[in-house]
Amino acid sequence: MQDTSTKEAFEPRIIGFCCKFCAYAAADLAGSMRISYPASVKIIQVPCTGRIDMIHILKSLEDGADGVMIAGCLEGECHFLQGNFKARSRVEAVRRILAQIGMEPDRVAMFNLSSAMGPKFAEITAQMTDRIRQLGPSPVATAGKKSRDAA
Amino acid sequence: MIIASKKPIEEIIQEITPYSRILILGCNECVTVCEAGGKKEVEVLASALRIFCLSQGIEKTIGEHTLERQCDHEYLEEIRNMVDDYDAIVSLACGVGVQFAAEKYLTMPLLPGVNTVCLGANEDRGLWTERCQACGSCVLARTGGICPVSRCAKRVLNGPCGGSTNGKCEISKDTDCAWQLIIDRLKALDKMDDYEAVAPVKDWSKDRAGGPRTVTREDVKI
Repeated sequence: MQDTSTKEAFEPRIIGFCCKFCAYAAADLAGSMRISYPASVKIIQVPCTGRIDMIHILKSLEDGADGVMIAGCLEGECHFLQGNFKARSRVEAVRRILAQIGMEPDRVAMFNLSSAMGPKFAEITAQMTDRIRQLGPSPVATAGKKSRDAA
Repeated sequence: MIIASKKPIEEIIQEITPYSRILILGCNECVTVCEAGGKKEVEVLASALRIFCLSQGIEKTIGEHTLERQCDHEYLEEIRNMVDDYDAIVSLACGVGVQFAAEKYLTMPLLPGVNTVCLGANEDRGLWTERCQACGSCVLARTGGICPVSRCAKRVLNGPCGGSTNGKCEISKDTDCAWQLIIDRLKALDKMDDYEAVAPVKDWSKDRAGGPRTVTREDVKI
């Protein structure tokens, strides 16, 4: 069990799949508004969260991400009508897989926001960072680091 | 097509425990269409197993490969040079593919990664329903194209039975009474005379009752 001091020192590595039409624009807006958000989230722009497949989320975790957040449009406001609903069901499917293999499902989360919500973007990234910090480093990342160190 | 459903990952983890080098083998045919064992499902399962092994500190090699078909010699031959690198194969093909691979690679443990469910149709996105039981002697010509063998819980050939209520079967209110469907369709076809004819006794020896079945076609043999 990790002690709290280590958890606080731990800087999570989070992959953030952000929809071009909302979350990515919201991140831009947060920047324009000079609102800072945690550097722990590495943003990957996608044309729609409906483009994200289960394998993208799993590969991120397999390659050592401590968490994965998917940020799409508000429900009912997807540019491609249903992309964010499809993303949500895939996120749920990945969370079920994680539960089956003994990983914390909370390492993967879906958020909804609009392009006008710059402060909200900063809020969800902080929320996700806190959540992952509480969960601690991913055991996959730790195992990967150990094998790299051994080599 | 053959419909399969994914096995729970816990069950697959249990099965692969004794082995350290595992090949996840997909099939490009029916199981790809019913999204249980195609290339994509191979990738997802392999990734999930790798995450499991890394997070638990278990050292295993998980390989991935998908064949055009696992129920044909020529495609199964593709992995001939590959199998020596593995201790076991988890096949995501239907039961046919798993068995055919097992027959071909005698000393290689073959573990099924899906449950083979039925012969069915893709009724809606994410919904597959049974349509055929491969009984070996098709009666669809006189039942309005609706199969009483696969769709009637009792396989009644002169129905409906007393359990049919408001067009639904007594086993579940969500299950259509096959004979209600047959009557509705025969009415639409104006062929209710077919319904009046008593079905002859069915030759069940052509079903599973006659043991494993084979089809031999002299005209296509080489």
